[in-house]
Amino acid sequence: MTSSLLFNVTTIAYLVSMLVFFAFLASRVEKLGTLGSLTALAGLVLQTGAIGLRWRESYQMGVGHAPLSNLYESVVFFSWTIVLIYLLLDLRYRYRVIGAFVMPFALLGMTWAQLALQSGIEPLVPALQSNWLLYHVVTCFLGYAAFAVACGISIMYLVRDAAGEAAAGGGVLASFPPVKVLDDLNYRAIMVGFPLLTLGIVTGAAWANYAWGTYWSWDPKETWSLIVWFVYAAFLHARITRGWVGRRAAWLSVVGFAATIFCYLGVNLFLSGLHSYGR
Amino acid sequence: MNNERTLPQATWDFFCSLKLAMALLLSLAITSIIGTVIPQGNLAPQYLESIGQTKFRLYQALGFFDMYHSWWFVLLLVALSVNLFACSFKRLPQIWKVMTNPTLTLDEGLKKSLGNLTTLKVSGSAEALTERVAALVAAHFATPRTTEKDGSFHLYAEKTPWCRLAVYAVHVSILVIFAGAIVGSLFGFKGYVTIPEGGSASSIVLRNDTTRDLGFSVNCEKFSVSFYDTGAPKEFKSILTVTENGRPVAGLEKVPVIVNSPLTYKGITFYQSSYGKVGQHNFLVSTPEGGNPVQVTIPSEGAARLPDGSEVHVLEATQDVGPFLPGKTGPAAQLEMHTPTGKTFRIVAFGNYPELNREAVLREGHPAFRYLGGTEGMYTGLQVNRDPGVAIVWLGCLLMVVGVYVAFFMSHRRVWVQVKDGEVVLGGNANKNPAGFELAFDRLVQQLKGELAPGEEK
Ligand code: HEM
Repeated sequence: MTSSLLFNVTTIAYLVSMLVFFAFLASRVEKLGTLGSLTALAGLVLQTGAIGLRWRESYQMGVGHAPLSNLYESVVFFSWTIVLIYLLLDLRYRYRVIGAFVMPFALLGMTWAQLALQSGIEPLVPALQSNWLLYHVVTCFLGYAAFAVACGISIMYLVRDAAGEAAAGGGVLASFPPVKVLDDLNYRAIMVGFPLLTLGIVTGAAWANYAWGTYWSWDPKETWSLIVWFVYAAFLHARITRGWVGRRAAWLSVVGFAATIFCYLGVNLFLSGLHSYGR
Repeated sequence: MNNERTLPQATWDFFCSLKLAMALLLSLAITSIIGTVIPQGNLAPQYLESIGQTKFRLYQALGFFDMYHSWWFVLLLVALSVNLFACSFKRLPQIWKVMTNPTLTLDEGLKKSLGNLTTLKVSGSAEALTERVAALVAAHFATPRTTEKDGSFHLYAEKTPWCRLAVYAVHVSILVIFAGAIVGSLFGFKGYVTIPEGGSASSIVLRNDTTRDLGFSVNCEKFSVSFYDTGAPKEFKSILTVTENGRPVAGLEKVPVIVNSPLTYKGITFYQSSYGKVGQHNFLVSTPEGGNPVQVTIPSEGAARLPDGSEVHVLEATQDVGPFLPGKTGPAAQLEMHTPTGKTFRIVAFGNYPELNREAVLREGHPAFRYLGGTEGMYTGLQVNRDPGVAIVWLGCLLMVVGVYVAFFMSHRRVWVQVKDGEVVLGGNANKNPAGFELAFDRLVQQLKGELAPGEEK
C-alpha cells in the first residue's frame, strides 16, 4: 500500500460524496444527506492515513519531514482541512446541504494535486528545517479551510437571497437553510477561521524572527496574509455596523476567500518573494 | 454659530465611528496590494528599466517604492490607532458599568428584554424558597447575590463577566504591537557581516551602509556546506566563537550556527544567511603564440576585464587537477569569457600544460590563459540584528491571540431570579452565542424544576 494509491481513493471518495450531496440537493431525501456526510468522513479517514503514510515514507527515504513542504503536499493538506472543518460544522449544526457547496473545494484540490502537481517526496531546503514549519502551516491552513467553508456558505446565501420569494415555493432552493441561518453559519465559520489565521500570522512572524531576525519584512506573502486578515476583521466589524449584515457580509466573505486563495496560490504564481514556493 | 463646540465634537464622533473602522480596514487591505505588485526597495535604474520615466516620477512621488513607510500608509495606520483608541475610550465606561454594576433585580422592563424567561409555580413562602433557590443556582450556575425589593426577592448570578473586556484586549494588542515596532526601529539595528573561514569580524555593515562596532568580535572557526544527492543544499553551518577583550566568552565557543538556529550575545543575534568563496586566482594571458604575456588576477566571486574589453570570471579552480584528470598534475581552472562582441567562451586553463592551453586557443580563437594558481576559501554571510522591541511585539501578539479566543468563544452569561410566594421567575441572557446559552438555561430550569418540586409535573 502506498500513500499515492490512498490519495487516489480519497479523491474518488470526495467525488462520490459531492455527487451524493448534489443528489440530496435535488431530491431532498434525508438519507442521501447522511450518506454524503459519511462518504466525506470515510474520505477524511483515508486521507489521514495517506498523509501519515507519506510522512513515514519520507523517513524511509532518509529525508524525513512532515508532508507540508511543497505545493503538492500543501494542496493535499488544504483539502484535508476543508473536509475536517466541514465535518465539524456538520457535527454541530447538521445542515447537510452545505456539503454540496463545500465538497467541491476539497475535490478540486485533490484532483488538481493528483493530476497536475509534482508529487515526489523532496528533501527539505535548510530554510524549512524547523518545527515552526509545522505550527505555521497547520494553523494557516486550518484558517484557510474555515474561510473556504464560509465562502461555500456565503455562495449559498447569495443564491438563496437572489432567488428571493421563489425559494419558498420548492425545488432545489427549498432544501437550503433559511438566509438567517446561513448568515449565522458564515459568521461562525469565520469565527473559527479568524483566530487560526491570527495564530498562523503570529507563528509565521515568530519563525521569521527566529530564522532571520525580522518578524515582519512586508514580503508579498506576508502582506497578502495581512490583507486577508484585514478583510475578515472588516467582516467581523460589519456585523456590528448597521447596513453591513446579510448580503454585503456574504460578499465580504467571498472576497475574503478570493484574497485567501490569492495569498495561498497567486502570490507563488504571480509575485516573487521569500515564500516561492516554501520559504 | 458655535463651530468651536461642534467641530471638536464632530471630529470625535468621526473617530469613534465603526464606519471609519470599516473604511480604514478595507483601505489598508486594498492599498497594501500595491507594494506586493511593485517590488519594494530596488535602485532607481532598475525601476527605470522596467517602467519608464513618467511612471517612475509618479510612483516615486506617491512613495510606491517604499510604500509601507510612505506618509500616506503611515497615516492610515495612525488613523486606525486613533480610531481604535477613541472607539474603546467611548465604549469602555458602559462595558465597565455592565461588569461592575449590574442590574440586580428582575423587574418588568428587564423581563421584556430577556429572550429566556420561565415561571415556575412552587409552593412555599418567598423567604424559604429564596434560600433553596439560591443554593441551587449556586450549585448549578454561580453564586447569586440576593436583593429584596417591593416585597419580592431577587437573585442575580453571572459567569465570566470579564470576557467582555476581551475585545478591548484585542484592540489594545494592536497598539502594543505598533509600540513594539516603533521601539525596534528607534533602538534596534539590522546589518550584515561576512567572515572568511578562519577570520573574524568586530564590526558590521548596517542597511544604510554605515559601519557599526560590535564591542566584541566573532570568529568563524570553520564553515561547511553539505548537499543532498539531488544537488540541493542540505545544510550550511558556521562554527562561531565570540571573543571579548581578547578572550573567548564562556559558553560561546565553537557554537554551530545554521539556518533556523542563530547565536545571540548581548542582545545581538547572528543568523546564518549566505555563504560564498573568497580568494583570488592568477593567470598569464597571452596571444595564442605566447606573445605579450600579461598577468591577470581574478577574484573568486568577481570578474576581471582584459585590455580588449572582455570580461572573465572563474567558474571552478583546483590546485591539483590529479583527482579529476588522472595522470595530470598541477593547478587548473575553468573560466568563462564574454567578449565585447557578445561571444561567450568556456576555457580550461592548466598550469603545467601550456601546449594544451594553446591547442584550444588555436581551435577557438580566444587569448591563451595559463593558470598560475591561487588561494581560495569559504566565507560565511551572517545577518546581524538587534531589536529590543521584539518582546513587546510578542506580548501584543499573545494578548491578541488570547483576546480573540476569549472574545469569540466565551460569553458573559447572566441569570436573574425573582422569588415571590409560590412563584419563581427565571430569566437570563448572554452577550454571545445565544443558542448555546438557551440550551444551558433550559438545563438550569429543568434542574431547578426537578429539585424544587420533586414529583410535581408542571
Ligand atoms: C486590525 C484592527 C482590528 C481588529 C483585529 C479588531 C478585532 C475585533 C474583534 C475580534 C472584535 C470582536 C468581534 C465579534 O465579537 O464579532 C472586535 C469588536 C469590535 N471592534 Fe474591533 N478590531 C480592529 C479595529 C477596530 C477599530 C479601528 C475600531 C474602531 C471603531 C473597532 C471597534 C470595535 C467595536 C466597537 C467592537 C465591538 C465591541 C463590542 O462588542 O462591545 N475595531 N474587534
